[in-house]
Amino acid sequence: MNRAGRPYRIAIVGAGPAAIYAAGHLLEQREFDIQIDMFERLPTPWGLVRAGVAPDHPEKKLVVDRQFAFILNRPEIRFFGNVEIGNHIRHSELADWYDGLFYATGADSDTRLGIPGEDELQGCWAAREFVAWYNGHPGYSHLDFDLSGKRAVIVGNGNVALDVARILTLPIEMLEKTDIADHALEALRSSNIEEVVLLGRRGHLQGAFNNPELEELEHIPGVDIVVDTDDLSVANEVVMDGADWATRRKAKTLFRFARKPLTPGNKRIRFRFLSSPVELLGDGRVSQVLVVSNHLVHDENGRLQARATEEEYLLDTGLVFRAIGYRGTPFPGLPFDDRQGVIDNDKGRVIEHGKPAAGVYVTGWIKRGAKGVIGTNKKCAMETVRCFFEDIRENRITKSHFSGEDIAALLLDRQPNLVDKSAWKKIDHHERVAGRLQRRPRVKLTNFDDMLAVVNTL
Amino acid sequence: MTYVIAAPCVADYSCLEICPVNCISPSPDERGFDDAEQLYINPAVCIDCGACVKVCPVLAIYEAGSLPDKWKHYAEINRDYFLEAVHE
Repeated sequence: MNRAGRPYRIAIVGAGPAAIYAAGHLLEQREFDIQIDMFERLPTPWGLVRAGVAPDHPEKKLVVDRQFAFILNRPEIRFFGNVEIGNHIRHSELADWYDGLFYATGADSDTRLGIPGEDELQGCWAAREFVAWYNGHPGYSHLDFDLSGKRAVIVGNGNVALDVARILTLPIEMLEKTDIADHALEALRSSNIEEVVLLGRRGHLQGAFNNPELEELEHIPGVDIVVDTDDLSVANEVVMDGADWATRRKAKTLFRFARKPLTPGNKRIRFRFLSSPVELLGDGRVSQVLVVSNHLVHDENGRLQARATEEEYLLDTGLVFRAIGYRGTPFPGLPFDDRQGVIDNDKGRVIEHGKPAAGVYVTGWIKRGAKGVIGTNKKCAMETVRCFFEDIRENRITKSHFSGEDIAALLLDRQPNLVDKSAWKKIDHHERVAGRLQRRPRVKLTNFDDMLAVVNTL
Repeated sequence: MTYVIAAPCVADYSCLEICPVNCISPSPDERGFDDAEQLYINPAVCIDCGACVKVCPVLAIYEAGSLPDKWKHYAEINRDYFLEAVHE
C-alpha cells in the first residue's frame, strides 16, 4: 500500500502493443500499488497485432498468446472495450477520474500523396485502409476494393507496402489457412490482379522495407519478384562501400531478384525505384498513374533526396495504394504536433504550453511517430512509465476522489454495450472455435453487431 | 551449435533480459535499437543454454541446426551482425 492508502489508478487509452507494454511495466514493480483501466474503442484488444500484422505472419501474432494475454489477464487490469474516448467520455473527465492517464492510441491516419487526382478519383486508397479491411477491423469491413484490373500500384516500399503486395499475390490456398477476414478472402478469390508495382521515390539502397520482409518475398509460390536492372545501375561498388550492413543485405537480395529468370504465367511483384507518382488520371475512376523518374542528390544535411527528372511514363491501373507513412491524429483536449503527427511530449510526458501536463502521458506511435517494430514499443513504454513513477516520487501526482466502482457505474451509463474482459473472451473463444472447424487460427468477427451478438449469448 | 534469431523476431528483448552471458544485441540501451529490424545472437559467446527460446514471445529462436529451410541463412546473418554491423 502506498502513502495515500489506496492504489494509484491509471487509465490507459488503447489496447495495442504500446498499451499492453505500458500496463506490463506499470505492474512489474513493487514500489507502487497500481490498478489499471484499459479503454479500447473496439470490442477487441491487441491493436495492430490484430488489425495490422498480416494474416500470413501468424508467428508474429504468437505475441498475443505467449505474452499480451498474460498481462491483460492480470487482476489489477480492467478492460473497457467498445468505449471511445472523445465520444463516450471526454479527456477532461478521464483526467478527473484517474491519477494517471496514458494515451497509447497509435497512428490512425496516414500521409497523403498530395498529387492531382488523389481526392477526386475512385480507386485510390490508403494501404492502411486495405490492411484494416483484410484484417477484419470493424470500421473498414464495408470497404469495396475493385480487384478486377490486372495491375495494382503501391506508392511506397516500406513493410506495409510489402504486406499489401503479398496479400494481393499470395495463392488463395495459402490465405485460406490464415485468419484473414472472410470478406477479404472472398474478394481476393476472384481477384484479377497479376502484377503489383511498388514505386519507391529513392533508390534501392534507400528502400524502406526491412530485410526479413524483403527476403520472404522469394518464398511466395507462383510469384516472381521483378527488379529492373536499370534501377540498380547506380549501385556501383563506390555507393555500396558507404552502405551499412543492413543496407548491403538488402542490395544483395535485390540483385538476386534481378538475376532470377521469370516464369511465364506467374504473378509479379515489381519494384520500381527512383519513381514518384505525379498525377492520377481517369474519368471518375483512376485508370492510369503518371510516374516521373527521379535522380538522387545530396541535400544540405548530406542526406540523399529524390529529385524529378524530365522522364515520365504511364502505368495502367485501376487500383492505387498510398503507403508512405502512418500518422497520429489530433486528440480533443490534447496538444498536437502536426509536423510529426504525434501528441506533444517529452519522453512520454504530455507537454502543454511548454510544460508537462501533470499525470498525462503518451506511449507508442502517438508518442514517437509510426516507426519501429512491435518490441520497440516495450522500450518506449518503459521510458514513459519511468516518468510517471518519477512524478509520483516528486509529488506531482494528485489523487482523484473517484473510486473504481464510481467509474464502472458511470461507464455503463454512457455505454451500455461495454465489452469487459469476460465479454472479450467470449468473442475470442467464438472466433477460435469457428477457426478450428476450418483449420484456421480463428475466423474473425468483422463488425460490431456480430461481436455484440456473441457477447450477449449465454 | 548456437542458437539463432530468425525472421519472426519483433525485438521484444525478453531474450536479452534472460540471457546469462549477455550475447544478444542490440540492447534497448544501444544506439541502434530503435532502428533495429530484429535482435541477433553472437555465436562466439552463446553457451547453448536455450533460456531465450522459451521466453521469446514469437518463437523466433532456433538451434542453428533446426532452422526452417526458408530461414537457414539466419545463422549467417546472426554471425555477420557481430562481425560487421556492430563495428559500423
